[in-house]
Amino acid sequence: MRWGVIRFPGSLDDLDAIYGLRDVMGQDVQPLWHKDESLHGAECVVLPGGFSYGDHLRCGAIARFSPIMKSVAKFAADGGLVIGICNGFQILTEAHLLPGALTRNRTLSFICERVHLRVENAKTPFTCTTRPGDILAMPIKHGEGCYVAPEKELLQMEERGQIILRYVDTNGDATDAANPNGSMRSIAGVANDSFNVFGLMPHPEHALEGELFGADGRKIFESIIAFQSVPEHRGQLRVGTK
Amino acid sequence: MQVKVFVTPRKGILDPQGRTVEHALASLGFAGVSDVKIGRYITLNIEAKTPDEARASASKMCEQLLANPNIEDFRFEIDGSEYGTPKTAEVPTDRGRKFDFRDG
Repeated sequence: MRWGVIRFPGSLDDLDAIYGLRDVMGQDVQPLWHKDESLHGAECVVLPGGFSYGDHLRCGAIARFSPIMKSVAKFAADGGLVIGICNGFQILTEAHLLPGALTRNRTLSFICERVHLRVENAKTPFTCTTRPGDILAMPIKHGEGCYVAPEKELLQMEERGQIILRYVDTNGDATDAANPNGSMRSIAGVANDSFNVFGLMPHPEHALEGELFGADGRKIFESIIAFQSVPEHRGQLRVGTK
Repeated sequence: MQVKVFVTPRKGILDPQGRTVEHALASLGFAGVSDVKIGRYITLNIEAKTPDEARASASKMCEQLLANPNIEDFRFEIDGSEYGTPKTAEVPTDRGRKFDFRDG
């Protein structure tokens, strides 16, 4: 399967995403430059973590106007799979491809730690190899990961199943103590209402090899690969890919 | 024409910076300080023939880039007149959740 990893000025985890997908997962990976408009036939576009444009103004606010984001918006509108990790998640919310916004952690500090996540919806392209209630361990490292959305929107998202991952403790309970950044409803990852765009603050690409932070991140990428291997999905998702 | 833009966290949105400064002011002995909010102040010059043109342009800039309508309100001043009073947007709340610092 062909993946495209976008590089914005200030992206940091693009190389880790490329290494993880290519060397660990054996995928065909194409780095994509933010000034290009072509997605080079990617079947899934990855917006990696980092500090695009130095996080100036707001995280992701400038990157969303990069030339490649027009192609990403079109690709997403045509059903293409897009995953935004950390800063990538922030960019997708700023681009209105995902609901809500990410604000300063309630502790005001940059957090770098291992968290536990509960799968809330396993019927998505990003979680289809997991089961609801599965607990995944992954690292987070961010200063602005507090997820915020209007109450009305949160209720709709809950109803539709757009809340994909929540911060939980090791028992799987979404306690306040297990919520690292103060996110509303302990939200760690959300999808759009057509479930082809996914954003999450934790880093699956940093949890691919057992020796380093465990290998639970594989489940996210394996789900995307499994979803994309179904010919009907593939045909549909090819539309708009350039 | 010079435009002064004020971007502030929307009411109901957790503003941990404001909270921290509020605590700091209290510990300095300033009693009765509440509702500290920290926002962003942006100045810029717009080439425009009329104030109306500048106003329309500044309004678009705020909506598209300078403020995030999900979490922030904005207002701006041109030549001493104030515009862009935030629309009455829905206040995000999270029922039953307390926005307290973990370390108190």
